[in-house]
Amino acid sequence: MAVTTTPTAPRRTRLAEVTPANLRRRYLRDRVMIGLLVLATLVVLIPLLVIVWYVISNGIQAVLEPTFWTSDLGSPARALSGRETGLGHTVLGTLVVDGLALLIAVPIGIGAGIMLSEYPDHPLNPALRILNDTLNGMPAILKGLLAFALIVKPMGTFSGLSGGVALAFVMLPIVARATEGVLRIIPWSIREAGLALGLPRWRVVLNTVLPAARVGVVTGVLIAFARAAGEAAPLLFTAFGNNFFSSAPLRYLTGPVDTLPARLYSLAISPYREWHAMGWGAGVVLLGFVIVTFVVSRFATRQRHQADM
Amino acid sequence: MERANATSRPATPSPPRPTDAGQGEARATVASEAKARLVTERISVQYGATLGVRDVSLLFRDKTVTALIGPSGCGKTTFLRSLNRMHDLSRGVKVTGQAVLDGTDIYANGVDPVTIRRRIGMVFQKPTPFPTMSIYDNVVAGLKLVGIRDRALLDEVAERSLRQAALWDEVKDRLKAPASGISGGQQQRLSIARALAVEADVLLMDEPTSSLDPQSTMRIEELIHQLKDEITIIIVTHNMQQAARVSDYTAFFYEGTLIEVSDTNTMFTNPQEQRTNDYITGRFG
Repeated sequence: MAVTTTPTAPRRTRLAEVTPANLRRRYLRDRVMIGLLVLATLVVLIPLLVIVWYVISNGIQAVLEPTFWTSDLGSPARALSGRETGLGHTVLGTLVVDGLALLIAVPIGIGAGIMLSEYPDHPLNPALRILNDTLNGMPAILKGLLAFALIVKPMGTFSGLSGGVALAFVMLPIVARATEGVLRIIPWSIREAGLALGLPRWRVVLNTVLPAARVGVVTGVLIAFARAAGEAAPLLFTAFGNNFFSSAPLRYLTGPVDTLPARLYSLAISPYREWHAMGWGAGVVLLGFVIVTFVVSRFATRQRHQADM
Repeated sequence: MERANATSRPATPSPPRPTDAGQGEARATVASEAKARLVTERISVQYGATLGVRDVSLLFRDKTVTALIGPSGCGKTTFLRSLNRMHDLSRGVKVTGQAVLDGTDIYANGVDPVTIRRRIGMVFQKPTPFPTMSIYDNVVAGLKLVGIRDRALLDEVAERSLRQAALWDEVKDRLKAPASGISGGQQQRLSIARALAVEADVLLMDEPTSSLDPQSTMRIEELIHQLKDEITIIIVTHNMQQAARVSDYTAFFYEGTLIEVSDTNTMFTNPQEQRTNDYITGRFG
């Protein structure tokens, strides 16, 4: 040990002296650590890439067929006899149901997030927090049941509307929590600066705090959207499913509609090879759907004042 | 908008400094003729079990600069924040007493703090531009966000406020650029311009230069000199030279209590209280 210095050689030793030997050891250790990090990254990335590649390689052929987009599914006989069949109605139904869910969940979710973060003293705040956490932890199929009780029962029919509401229940708590989280990291000084200008509190939140948190809020909405877009369970007894284009545009809201995750499931468990292929196609579309949404919103939030934060 | 034409006044010559011999007294006389703009009556601020500010009664005259000095934790900032009801949002903070602005107690029942804050603006220790807004939008934020859409009026106010804040020449070519892109000193003057745009009568400044370099500090101090022709300024500062340079009156706070207040010249040459003397001569704090 270097600490035990002999009286004849009173050489002072630094605690972390750099000698060629331990320098080499440090470099080695650095390289090992970086190697481990790269490995960990690959462990995360590889399954993702495998899924993407597997889905695309199995489904690309179905998607490249023009009738996949323009035609509805009909009965298995169509696929078996090589007649026109496709998932056009499913794509349309998904757009309607997911769009409706976003329309409902984004304003309410952001509002709830604002309430949670900006009005901690409001008497409704603790109740809102508990309810939001409960909703977040509730199994998705129960949210479908809730939408069934709230909308399907009174309307007397399965509908795109009830599907949208069910998915909104999935998105709501995620959007609310994400909004609360990002609002909390916005410096308090921005709020005070706004108030000191004689702006009402809600104005300060809406026009100064929320824009500063925009990127984080959008990320939260996207995560919620991606989560909800892949849910099949809440749609089973709400949107229900449909093998055909609806007879009128409004029927996408008031009647049963098809959605990609639910249709993917039913195609996959069907006994027809042709339908299995279309199921993979549905997977490709679902994947593209989520990726396109991510890219588009990233661009939308990046345009102005890039260097802000 | 009645103050709009006031900006056309000729540029004021460098105002007398309180340290200039003989000038301080003359100025004090002039200043004491000005009417009271804001009067506090036994203001106390309590947070939790602590009494941060105790029974402070002070009078701020129109178009003067009053400096609040004292060691850290003496309650000067807490007191300042009670003057435009900034404590309203802090949980567990209780303000008692009166603060009378032109005859109205801002703490009276039914008085809306939002209205009060439009008349009593505030500039903070750190520059606080709204990060997502352009320079222009920052300046007119107080007007635009309450629904004033008249483009010509907003343009006029933006230019006037930026000129008042001595920032116009530096930013006039990039009004649409993000406010977060300008320097700290410029951001602080932008914060001042923003407060001036809503035509506040009183401007509270909480150590406005403590995060700035000497050059920017000097510009802000010059600005204070010019602004007091139009508005009442109350400034908290840790820097006694700054208090001496910019203020007409100085109030010394110690342990939550107002120890002494007088015109700045007297305060720094002939303080009445031993503690004031000890503080300004650097014996503590």
